[in-house]
Amino acid sequence: MSTESETVLAIRSITKRFPGVTALDNVSLEVRKHEVVGLIGENGSGKSTLLKIISGVQQPDEGTVEVRGKKVSFASPAQALAHGIGMVYQEQSLVPALTVAENIFLGMPGTSRFGVYRWREMRERAAGELERLGLRMDPKAVVEEFSFAQRQMLEITRVMQLGQRSGHEPLVILDEPTSVLEQGEIDILFEQIRRLREQGSVIFVSHRLDEVLAVADRVYVLRDGHCVAETPTAQASTAHLLAQMVGREISDGHYSEDLQVPYDEGEPALRAEGLSTGPECRDVSFELRKGEVLGIAGVIGSGREDLCRALFGAVPVKQGRLWLGGRRVRFRSPAAAARAGIGYLPAERRIEGAVMGMSVAENMVLAAPSQVSRGPFLSRGHWLKEVERWCERLRIKTPSGATSIGLLSGGNQQKVVLAKWMLKQNLKVLILDHPARGLDIGAKQEVYRIIRELAQAGLGVILIADTLEEVISLSHTVLVMKDGVVQRRLDAPRGAKPEQVEIVEHMV
Amino acid sequence: MTPVTTEQQDPAAAQAARRRVPVPRIRNIAPLIALIVVAVLFASLNGRFLTVANARSLAAQGALLMVLATGATFVILLGSIDLSVEGVMGMTSMVVSLLIANTRNSISLGFLAVVIALAVGTLAGVINGLGLTLARIPSFMFTLGTWYAALGVATVLFGGNTATITSKGFLDLGAPWLGGFPPTVFVAVAVAVAGWAVLRYTKAGRYIRAIGSAEEVVALSGVPVRRYKILAFGIAGFTSALAGVMASAQVGNGNVNVGSGMVFTTIAAVVVGGTLLSGGRGGVLHTVVGVLLLTVLGDGMVLAGVSTYIQESVQGVIVVAAVAAAAWPQRSRLRIAK
Repeated sequence: MSTESETVLAIRSITKRFPGVTALDNVSLEVRKHEVVGLIGENGSGKSTLLKIISGVQQPDEGTVEVRGKKVSFASPAQALAHGIGMVYQEQSLVPALTVAENIFLGMPGTSRFGVYRWREMRERAAGELERLGLRMDPKAVVEEFSFAQRQMLEITRVMQLGQRSGHEPLVILDEPTSVLEQGEIDILFEQIRRLREQGSVIFVSHRLDEVLAVADRVYVLRDGHCVAETPTAQASTAHLLAQMVGREISDGHYSEDLQVPYDEGEPALRAEGLSTGPECRDVSFELRKGEVLGIAGVIGSGREDLCRALFGAVPVKQGRLWLGGRRVRFRSPAAAARAGIGYLPAERRIEGAVMGMSVAENMVLAAPSQVSRGPFLSRGHWLKEVERWCERLRIKTPSGATSIGLLSGGNQQKVVLAKWMLKQNLKVLILDHPARGLDIGAKQEVYRIIRELAQAGLGVILIADTLEEVISLSHTVLVMKDGVVQRRLDAPRGAKPEQVEIVEHMV
Repeated sequence: MTPVTTEQQDPAAAQAARRRVPVPRIRNIAPLIALIVVAVLFASLNGRFLTVANARSLAAQGALLMVLATGATFVILLGSIDLSVEGVMGMTSMVVSLLIANTRNSISLGFLAVVIALAVGTLAGVINGLGLTLARIPSFMFTLGTWYAALGVATVLFGGNTATITSKGFLDLGAPWLGGFPPTVFVAVAVAVAGWAVLRYTKAGRYIRAIGSAEEVVALSGVPVRRYKILAFGIAGFTSALAGVMASAQVGNGNVNVGSGMVFTTIAAVVVGGTLLSGGRGGVLHTVVGVLLLTVLGDGMVLAGVSTYIQESVQGVIVVAAVAAAAWPQRSRLRIAK
């Protein structure tokens, strides 16, 4: 139905594999001139890999990419831009210290003569670019003072401008552009997207189905690396898309559900009442019992990360009260929370969880040096024995405790970080932020099994998981958060797990 | 589900009103307010503060610092640091004193001696830049090395025998001239104006600022980041050399320790003026205020009869306070200071 000249981008049967996972399996996608294409899918569905391939960050293993009817292969984002394809990243690529005009033309020729800036000319050109997108922004303003939403608009302007240099109408990719915007800002963004459509094409990626329906002409749904649907939005409904996005495909035993035992109904391990950290996380109350796994579901920006950081003392609590094992607590720092018996496993294992230059053994005793010390000195013999015991118990595959943790596989690194907290004798609550992220299936299962064991041993576990499936399967109870507020609390006992749809309903 | 509305709003204005943070603006003028307060305070305490004689003395004292701090501003805007100031000053002092008419040898290159000394200092700065960009050694460490290496060179050149400068024209650089101000003061003003213009109107100046603000973004935009870093260090080397030459004219001989104590004051002046050590924010106008603030403070304390040791302590406290004030809005519990 579309002629070649109308098709700006055609992805044909693309496959991309990473060690242990096939991120994309035979995926095809088409973007036409003056069209907004929506792309939806859960975390791990292959969305980001697909975007990386389109924008030239990664290259496909199989399949072809065609731009305006010609086969291309992008070795870098710069080459994609040379074909008019540019991506607006979530972590923005602007220079805060420079002005709007300078940011739009950064690194481009023609902004100076003999090394001297042509300020006026640059500002006039910038004003023209901003005008085209209907933005009222002072080209002289310094970006530093802008809100996130304003920066995003500017970034879109920059990408449009770069794309136009190719001599074609650009294709702009917006990756989760709405995740941190407020409603008023989202409306403005949608206006911009409609304007972009008149001047080029757009790929719009979002978790929020209603947004995709509102702004896109056609929607592609990705699930587990497959493209499972392609629908014009006029014929789609959120319920319909949701069903396709979530699917149903739980392999038995994957989450060791048989190991889930009911938790202790007694004294709560951790109790929060009206906890607030600011607009990101407001008025959160819950009770976490001993042996309970409390999963928190929500999209990025729903406030679940902020909540966990507040519980661990990494973000100050502005309002509300917290009890740990019946005692009122108020943590001034992560060290205070750790001392009181709260453990935190961060999502960025490489950045925040493990100290890469140190050995397995050193990493393990980081949180609980007192267990292996005599007085102020570390007792080496005692220490190594303890480390060995844990390596065995958690099946950590390492040549020895003295091996640098950086040499271990991701799964084994994660187990070392888990062991670090399990070594603490007074640990009452463990907060797990994406504990299985980036692990292959085997390693994931091991981590799941360890989580079960921790709960059985009477620990209260708070879990932020990669997928809804994971959070539902592992948890006794699920809290659903949206825009910083707990929307719903659902029981998820063994054998009577809630449906993903029930949860998504409160997430979006 | 939230219904999506498409009502029209005024995007820029509404957001600006809601989110624009006034903090950077206050921070921009805070050093100036401090300067005015300090000046008014000293003027009211001591009648000699607001005199022409004192103004001349202030300007002469501040000239060296102004030159040094202008160069240091470029490096600090990058988020780097140049500690080699004292070494480069000592080295250029020796170079210029041995090449111009002096009591130790018969060489007398005149103005060319100054040019060679400036070139030597600029080269030292470029080497600093290369150490950072090619060897990827943190500027803190590399320039610390340059400092001592240059002092070593200066000591070898000194050879235990003072070279007293006899060139009348050169010595006049430090002597009262127009309106009673020595030529060094006009040099300092020219350097500050040039530094300000480069940072504001040239691509190089803007890119140096941009690199300090978001180096990765700038590099990914295809800007030759290394070249601009080397340039910034070259400028700092040049100003160190110029300060060395000016100081030699003031003391009248080649002196290894001519820059003694200037590293601290230079960095202090830049930081007190409001340029962030992390780079990207600040500039020469800030540095001018910082230089004036430190100079006025020193001068006022001398007039008030405060001992030099206490003066140093006061300067130290002020620098720490300025850094703390600048970093305060960005502090968070997980931010790591090294």
